[in-house]
Amino acid sequence: MSLPLNNNVPLAEIPALVFPALLDTLIMVGIVMLIVVLVGIPLGALVHNLAQGGLFENPALHTTISWIVSIGRSLPFLILMASIVPFTRFITGTNIGIAAAVVPMAIAGIAFFTRIVENSLRGVPPTLVRVAKASGASPLQIIRTAQLSEALPSIIGGLTINTIAMIEYSAIAGTIGAGGIGYVAVTYGYQRFDNTVMLATIVILVATVASVQLIGDRLVRLTTPHSRTQARLPRASRREASLV
Amino acid sequence: MISLEQLTKVYGHGDQRTVVLDRLDFSVDAGEIFAVVGPSGAGKSTLAQCVNLLERPTSGSVLVNGENLSQLTEKQLRVARRRIGTIFQSDGLYSRRTAAQNVALPLEYLGVTAEETRARVAELLDRVGLAGKAGHYPHQLSGGQRQRVGIARALALRPSVLLSDEATSGLDPDSTRSIVALLKELRDDLGLSILFITHEMDTVLQVADSVARLDHGRIVESGRIVELLRDPASGLGRALRPARSHESAPADATEWFVSYTSAAVPADWLTRLAGQLGTTVSLLGASIETVDGATVGHASIGVAGANAEHLISVARSLGLEARPEQAAQPAEILEPVA
Ligand SMILES: Nc1ncnc2c1ncn2[C@@H]1O[C@H](COP(=O)(O)OP(=O)(O)OP(=O)(O)O)[C@@H](O)[C@H]1O
Ligand SMILES: [Mg+2]
Repeated sequence: MSLPLNNNVPLAEIPALVFPALLDTLIMVGIVMLIVVLVGIPLGALVHNLAQGGLFENPALHTTISWIVSIGRSLPFLILMASIVPFTRFITGTNIGIAAAVVPMAIAGIAFFTRIVENSLRGVPPTLVRVAKASGASPLQIIRTAQLSEALPSIIGGLTINTIAMIEYSAIAGTIGAGGIGYVAVTYGYQRFDNTVMLATIVILVATVASVQLIGDRLVRLTTPHSRTQARLPRASRREASLV
Repeated sequence: MISLEQLTKVYGHGDQRTVVLDRLDFSVDAGEIFAVVGPSGAGKSTLAQCVNLLERPTSGSVLVNGENLSQLTEKQLRVARRRIGTIFQSDGLYSRRTAAQNVALPLEYLGVTAEETRARVAELLDRVGLAGKAGHYPHQLSGGQRQRVGIARALALRPSVLLSDEATSGLDPDSTRSIVALLKELRDDLGLSILFITHEMDTVLQVADSVARLDHGRIVESGRIVELLRDPASGLGRALRPARSHESAPADATEWFVSYTSAAVPADWLTRLAGQLGTTVSLLGASIETVDGATVGHASIGVAGANAEHLISVARSLGLEARPEQAAQPAEILEPVA
């Protein structure tokens, strides 16, 4: 099979093709992550506190929610996406495009992030909850100050992983015509064997993921007093600090 | 003032049922430091958590300043707990907050204005000697300094009762001494009732007015420190001042164990004892010190050829109790395991 060269996108037109697609991806992932954080943080905190030893210990409810989350986590994204098409159509009125991709992505993302938040909260020393209680905190104050705030660096670390996973999902969603960089990769790179476009999408995806990781790492460092104060020391005293 | 009435805590049901606290009855007066000691697993931490109602007692009651905490709802408890300051073992500081922000926590929960909070926090940090460390994060502070931040935080809402569970455990002797001095100063200035839980007998001797020994959820012995130290029959007294090994007596002498049982022991009792018995008395080992201004201690002596009855009565006239050494019980079995 010969590659019909004249079918390929000329090099000069690649930016005009790829950058709007990247913007679509960023919008898609941005909307999804907003929903994921808004729902996942309260849900993760709830699951954590329904568990044994939590603030609102309730084994029955904990098991129920935990199961639902696990189901969301265990379905491969492509299958999840296909299986909830009626639901997606009910919510968005369509089953293609960005709006339609956001629904399954948000569901998968929430399930993922709930576990991340739950796991991060588990890492907070239980004494801190006792400290908060003994200091007269209400349950909401306890969750905010003793749990979420203390777990913040770990949650941000998880959020980074989650965001990168969502970029990947957005590429999968691209295959059902959701638009974005995944759609370009599939229609030009895969269906038309346009290797230049394929390469461009790969470069862009790698750069996007790397930037997200960089920003995430940076935020983790900024929210961790230990590493932040270390970083602020001049080099000489940092060496001293590492000696003691 | 804290009073416990028949305080009982049971964990588990059926086969798993364990009585961790068994009908405890004691009270800590205003201005008193009351120590609770006991081996690991005795129920000390459970006791602390029952006093500030982080754990609900199974039965019996906890009264703080006359108010029965065990009957309050969760919401009322939140208010009542503000009268109880709690110092935690591993300081319990929030790692992402500075010393000042940690001290401000209880004020923040209460909804105190930012301005008032700032003033109060500055005052508290000054009080515990950390005025210069307000902006430091916990990892930038030493163990003793972190514990001071914990104390400042416990005092934030002006409690009348202070609860301390192993506050000095794991600190070096110097830090322990300075924390103990701080607690005593706070007790004197603020008239706090302090319930001080520890397994370190040394610290008890430094800090407490009274002490109780908890074992398997029961208080097996309690009393004022000085009285326990003056009572040769007191196991707790012996555990507080264990007899160390000493030299053995010369061949012709017998060994006696002498303890201070009154406030009126003359400093030259050894000379007087020898003079009145008309014999040689050799000092084999001794541990004598003042606790709260009262001299307490014990000594092992070797006495050559004296009548036992006579020796005991002469010793008694000097404010001492003398026993043949073999009868002295080893203190080790009473010392709690750390
Ligand atoms: N939540 C719980 N459920 C069941 N048993 C418990 C619970 N908490 C404590 N216990 C039991 O209660 C007993 C007393 O525990 P506690 O922590 O009060 O001991 P402690 O005197 O503070 O010991 P340590 O000196 O080691 O701190 C232990 O046997 C422990 O196993
Ligand atoms: Mg304990």
